[in-house]
Amino acid sequence: MIDFVVHDEGDSVGVVVVEGVEAGAELTGWIMDQDEEIAFRAASDIPIGHKLAIKPMKTGDTVIKYGIDIGRVVADIAVGEHAHVQNIKTKRW
Amino acid sequence: MAMDLANATFRGYRRENGRVGVRNHVIVLPVDDLSNAACEAVANNIKGAMAIPHPYGRLQFGADLELHFRTLIGTGANPNVAAVVVIGIEEGWTRRVVDGIAETGKPVTGYGIEMHGDHETIMRASKTAREYVQWASEAVREEAPLADLWVSTKCGESDTTSGCGSNPTVGNAFDKLYPLGATMVFGETTEITGGEHLVAERCRTPEIRERFMYMFDRYQEVVERHKTSDLSESQPTKGNIAGGLTTIEEKALGNIQKIGRDCLIDGVLDKAETPDGPGLWFMDSSSAAAEMVTLCAAAGFVVHFFPTGQGNIIGNPILPNIKICANPRTVRTMGEHVDVDVSGLLRREMNPDEAGDALLDMMIRTANGRLTAAEALGHREFVLTRLYESA
Repeated sequence: MIDFVVHDEGDSVGVVVVEGVEAGAELTGWIMDQDEEIAFRAASDIPIGHKLAIKPMKTGDTVIKYGIDIGRVVADIAVGEHAHVQNIKTKRW
Repeated sequence: MAMDLANATFRGYRRENGRVGVRNHVIVLPVDDLSNAACEAVANNIKGAMAIPHPYGRLQFGADLELHFRTLIGTGANPNVAAVVVIGIEEGWTRRVVDGIAETGKPVTGYGIEMHGDHETIMRASKTAREYVQWASEAVREEAPLADLWVSTKCGESDTTSGCGSNPTVGNAFDKLYPLGATMVFGETTEITGGEHLVAERCRTPEIRERFMYMFDRYQEVVERHKTSDLSESQPTKGNIAGGLTTIEEKALGNIQKIGRDCLIDGVLDKAETPDGPGLWFMDSSSAAAEMVTLCAAAGFVVHFFPTGQGNIIGNPILPNIKICANPRTVRTMGEHVDVDVSGLLRREMNPDEAGDALLDMMIRTANGRLTAAEALGHREFVLTRLYESA
């Protein structure tokens, strides 16, 4: 069963695609472009559709999704943590 | 089993100008806000006539007024419309809308309210609407190739499942329709921010790329001029953020999955402009769902692909919106709004090719007459884009 999907193997985040993910849960991920499976432990409760970090990120780092820049890190994010507006901001506007 | 698209057909209404529609509406179209009441009265009198009320049309000027006329004329000219009754407060602008629609060769008559009042206008317009409805009811669908289909796309209430499920489904379908000679459009100018280089790379010629970047930069200037700190909760919307989308770049990269991987951009349109040939077109537009879909209808598109994540429920009076959703929670909680469920993509139970075929199958069924969820639920959002204040 797939708990989260990753667009590209170079991405720093994946998307949770099941409901009810809680901190500590063992998650199976699917890297779509390379068609490979990976496993991570959730470090936060993460709602369906929200992102988990699959690489550690420091403030100032660039977040990669679809293999492309989607914004900058504004608070450090550990692997398995919920990655969203509390720790990522746009580089535009 | 893979679809035999090259030989696939649909059954539609071939109009006087050669275009093929998939609906057979008789509409009662107000030129201005003042004429909504008369239009709604006519539609109430005559079963099968549909009023399309809206709040604008007075003291607009310049490019904003031109867009108003282009949108109204385009709506009446759309091949999903069999015939049109136009009502305006005075004769002059009413005549301008009637003359624009009449270029298609379809039946259209206009009425000005001044010198007559609502009662007499409603009576005269109702007589014409009755004749049109009875005439249109005898129209017969005929077989047409998919090349005759004009398909638009715009997504709404997107979330991260849009970028990995429903939007790539549209992209897969577009890549399959493109070689058949279909006419397709996408837009949502601000919602490309962060992926504009990817769209620019897909433009067929340097001239088209230059025109695309002109439209993109023009909209960025609007954002820069009016923004406060940023566009927080507007772009991405509050619904997008609730669904897990964090930045405009992330939303944009999901958005542009809708144009597939292979098809090239053959031209750039201003708002509500009609393409002059087949292929994939970019239309400058707002990213607000009802505005963009209204512009697509006015540009002449007859079927719309509308992917959603969190569950946008939009429809349009004349343009059927096929809802595609990959979010299993939305499919479960808002199933009555979903035409094509592609949540299997995220469970690895369905591949993008199968999802694209499921959408194309629904496209043909919709073109043949199946009512979409939004049509059955009565969604008729008709929202005119305004460029600036009235005089």
